[in-house]
Amino acid sequence: MARYITKRLVLLIIIILFVSVASFFLVHLLPGNPATTILGPNSTPQNVATVNAQLGLNKPLYEQYFIWLGHVFQGNLGQSYTTHQTTVTIIQQSFPIDLELIIFSQIIAFAIAFPMAMHASRRPNRLFDQLSNTTTFAMLALPAFVIAPVLVLIFAVHWHVFPGPASYVPLTQNFWSNIHTMILPSIVLALGSIVVYFRLLRNDLISTLQEDFITMARSKGLSDRRIMWRHALRPSSISLLASAGVVISGLIAGTFVVELLLAMPGLGYQLISSVNQDDYTVVQGITLFVAVAIVLINFIFDFLFTIVDPRIARE
Amino acid sequence: MSSATINTSEAFADIQEEITADAAADPTKKKLGVFFWICVGWIVLVALMATFASLLPLPNPDLGNYNSVQNAGPGWGHLLGTDDLYRDIFSRLVYGARVSLVVGFGGALIGLILGGIPAMYSAYRRGRIDTALNTTSYVVLAFPALVAVIAIVSFWGHNLWKITLIIGVFGAPLIFRVVRASTLSYATRDFVLAAKALGASDRRILTRELLPNIMPTIVSFGLIAVATIIVLEGTLAFLGLSVQPPTPSWGNMLNEGASLLTGAKGQTNPWLVIFPASAMFLLLISLNVVADKLRAYFDVTEIKL
Repeated sequence: MARYITKRLVLLIIIILFVSVASFFLVHLLPGNPATTILGPNSTPQNVATVNAQLGLNKPLYEQYFIWLGHVFQGNLGQSYTTHQTTVTIIQQSFPIDLELIIFSQIIAFAIAFPMAMHASRRPNRLFDQLSNTTTFAMLALPAFVIAPVLVLIFAVHWHVFPGPASYVPLTQNFWSNIHTMILPSIVLALGSIVVYFRLLRNDLISTLQEDFITMARSKGLSDRRIMWRHALRPSSISLLASAGVVISGLIAGTFVVELLLAMPGLGYQLISSVNQDDYTVVQGITLFVAVAIVLINFIFDFLFTIVDPRIARE
Repeated sequence: MSSATINTSEAFADIQEEITADAAADPTKKKLGVFFWICVGWIVLVALMATFASLLPLPNPDLGNYNSVQNAGPGWGHLLGTDDLYRDIFSRLVYGARVSLVVGFGGALIGLILGGIPAMYSAYRRGRIDTALNTTSYVVLAFPALVAVIAIVSFWGHNLWKITLIIGVFGAPLIFRVVRASTLSYATRDFVLAAKALGASDRRILTRELLPNIMPTIVSFGLIAVATIIVLEGTLAFLGLSVQPPTPSWGNMLNEGASLLTGAKGQTNPWLVIFPASAMFLLLISLNVVADKLRAYFDVTEIKL
């Protein structure tokens, strides 16, 4: 176990180093000069040289990288050229929105996928099972950028059930209006997770329900409900748990789409607007933050997974 | 080899596998079915229309005809109506398909060349190169592709070929993992050993013994990769980071449609959401169905002896 964890930790450190190098060089190796972007029409060769010196861009690249990394460790991700906010402030303001979206969407996904899978696996290949299989298969072909505008069209524009774009209210301002604005984007995000959770849980439940210990429980005269909840569910949810980390990292695209569509100032919205304004420090900062967050989430889920099922670490 | 680690990429491949695993209702019957051919037909139709778009009697997709009605619904003059700039929606859909197909198939091809070929060699030879490549693929996969692609595209430009290249490069590690796993399962089989004993060269074993066996995996996973890449490009386009307007792509058409939804610009056009969304849905579901049926068709383990 200890050896396994050390191995994973080493890999984690390598990955984070790679992520930091990638986020740094992404900006520095690609064409375009930050100095000309900052100066705009005032970019004479002399001015460019002055700004380069001020930003430390005339030093060798590896030196710049370590300076930058030092700043990152001190919690300094630079400053926006347009709004003059620090990148850390931008992330602090926008990240709670993404967090809320992810939590809501996962609650919805679990609330739908679990009962659906439990019901479908009771009678495999019968009507309900086939119906839910077909539906979830079709949902695979509905990425967020396709389904989000359609749902907004139906629920916000036509039926006015949920508020439309640009009606985001911060949680601290009005709790219930905030929840109300969060429901539609959370449903959009939940759809993708439901597909994965349902399919994994259904398959595992079907194979678990054929095991001897279930037959044993049945012959003892236990009710179907008790067998499902007490005997079958736990051993069947392992691959689902293992997938949760990956599913959550897969939600990035969805959160970016709904944030842009509904004008919610989350990380995705901030990233896209910084891209559109050539605000390269903010792009770099958010890229680094999201990448490290995803890496850590996956690491934590891997780790939790070895606690749930210690056999993995032993091999 | 940390074979038992539940890694992001492996778990992802597992999910892909599990998601697509159960669509074949009856494994004993090896038939592709009518639905399969309908889906193939749709993909071919979209591809043909996109390829020969300039030969079809379509109005210019980038220029509106100011004699027609703005934001018109489907009708005879314009089959699927017009958008807010008087442009023909059907024509834009046909030309927009080019973007999805070029990025989808081009990106998958680049991914297969950069990921698949090293994967076969690496799984066959094992040793240090394999360990190094394997670790590299873990590390690169940990970086969320969408974020990386957004960052690169924003600094490098929104050109169609650049986007295809970038997405292909970022798809390579995942394809590497899938092809490597598949090759590994054959590399130690007796027929490979027999070929070696007969003095076959590595090149011959790779191309004549291993490649035919992993081909089904490559084809069906390749199609899933195409679908995934089309989604990635669509997301980029929706975020305004793919090919730039007025060049149509399904993603940026959906973006335009979505911006008109609320009537904030004084006009509404639900058709500009419905048609690109349906086109995208049908293409993606066709790719998924074809990949899934092919996988079930070639999967020998499913034949019950």
